Amino acid sequence: MSTVFSENLKAEVKNLSFFYNQVQALKHVNLPIAENRITALIGPSGCGKTTYLRCFNRMHDLYPGNRYEGEILLYPDQLNIVSSEVDPIEVRMRISMVFQKPNPFPKTVYENVAYGLRVRGERRKRLLDEKVEKALKQAALWDEVRDRIHDLAFNLSGGQQQRLCIARALATDPEILLFDEPTSALDPTATLKIEELIMQLKKDVTIIIVTHNMQQAARVSDYTAFMYLGEIIEFDKTEKIFTHPSKKLTEDYITGRFG
Amino acid sequence: MEAKDKIIERILLLIAFSSISILGLIALFIFGEGLPLIWKVGPRAFILGERWVPSQGSFGILPMIVGSFWVTFGAILLGVPLGLACAIFLSEWTPPLIAMVLRPTIQLLAAIPSVIYGFWGLIILVPLVRNYLGGPGLSILSGSVILGFMILPTIISISEDSLRALPPYYKSGALALGATHWQAIWRVMVPAARSGIVASIILGMGRAIGETMAMIMILGNAVKMPTSFLDSARTLTTNIGIEMGYASGDHRQALFATGVILFLIIMILNSSAIALSRRRRS
Repeated sequence: MSTVFSENLKAEVKNLSFFYNQVQALKHVNLPIAENRITALIGPSGCGKTTYLRCFNRMHDLYPGNRYEGEILLYPDQLNIVSSEVDPIEVRMRISMVFQKPNPFPKTVYENVAYGLRVRGERRKRLLDEKVEKALKQAALWDEVRDRIHDLAFNLSGGQQQRLCIARALATDPEILLFDEPTSALDPTATLKIEELIMQLKKDVTIIIVTHNMQQAARVSDYTAFMYLGEIIEFDKTEKIFTHPSKKLTEDYITGRFG
Repeated sequence: MEAKDKIIERILLLIAFSSISILGLIALFIFGEGLPLIWKVGPRAFILGERWVPSQGSFGILPMIVGSFWVTFGAILLGVPLGLACAIFLSEWTPPLIAMVLRPTIQLLAAIPSVIYGFWGLIILVPLVRNYLGGPGLSILSGSVILGFMILPTIISISEDSLRALPPYYKSGALALGATHWQAIWRVMVPAARSGIVASIILGMGRAIGETMAMIMILGNAVKMPTSFLDSARTLTTNIGIEMGYASGDHRQALFATGVILFLIIMILNSSAIALSRRRRS
């Protein structure tokens, strides 16, 4: 990590290792996450980028036998989000996630967006209405669905469903939003829309995105980390990674020599 | 080789069709025997009549229809919350090892002959109801409780299957938004598995409404309109079961006609269950 980091930090990964039972999937990784910036994780399949992302909201806790070592500090309060003493629910209240495949719940558009607020005990109708509308606007979906927010979410197109999932994640005002290959199930037009949206969103929220699509990382992100076999090989400004990578392995990957 | 294949194919086809035709034959037979009496008495008088005195030629089965619905309703009232809770527990919280013991045990509930349920109800439950709640003890309440247990395996296994068949992203999606495990189950997974759960309830209802032996032993078999859960009652099935042994003439036909009504009710229940599980798959 050669760059002198002049950004405000939203989170910082320090010496993090992760194990699926005995198998070590992340090996002593470090990473600064800049506030209101987009950080991309790239690398070949199986390099651990999705595993890494899922540490940020403790999704690995769903399965027994998974184990974290090291720290991910969330600023400003320096909460170590992978500590076993920290409640994963508390972490997920602050760090939300958008998945690879659009996964709206079998509910109406409105209820999908309101879900995160409802599980936090919010019942006031006026406030729910306001927040749902705001989130749908943030996700650039409001104009397309305003007349059918009480329709079933499955009736939306794939791209709209993914933006709905983004709205759902935004409705609770998360501090960090995680994207796990958010466009891999979408067509090029829908992909473009999501990318534009992600770039707009960084003014409101810190973003970490995993992508197998290098052009996507180059287009949207401010910082890029290249991962290989559970380690971070190189981390730098995106521009630098894609024009003058300092490691041979990074260069081989971004020029398509493997992956 | 090919000729042999053709023959085997034909034979299998014949077997497949013969099992369907048995269903057809049964229906034909019941309707053939029962319908004439329904016309003779008049469908209205038969279904809505409150007097069942075969010796005087009054054949009104409304008390039995009401009795069937009461015990079924009671069974659902008890069996659904219990069964659903059990299904949720099995699919979401039970460690695999315990589930491996629990699942076959629950299946075993379905293997107990209904006469044993009836026997157990008669010896244990009926006196309890009589002593603590009053009435004859042989009652809709006792019958409902027994039936509630009898439909548990159906409700548990089908509900659990439909919960486990959900794509995992419903759960992870809900948890990623900060939901607790229970909130994910109750607000996302159960609604998502709703059609399967409803199908399990309908199949349970079908089982409850068709149960005969245990009900003959527990319900008291009184032919009168039940007015409370502590009253004795008679269901459509027990009416047939009790009287078929000695009935003749119109009386015998009236029992077949009772079967027609039962057949129709069960057909409606089962086809709605099938329709619902189709919708779940698509």
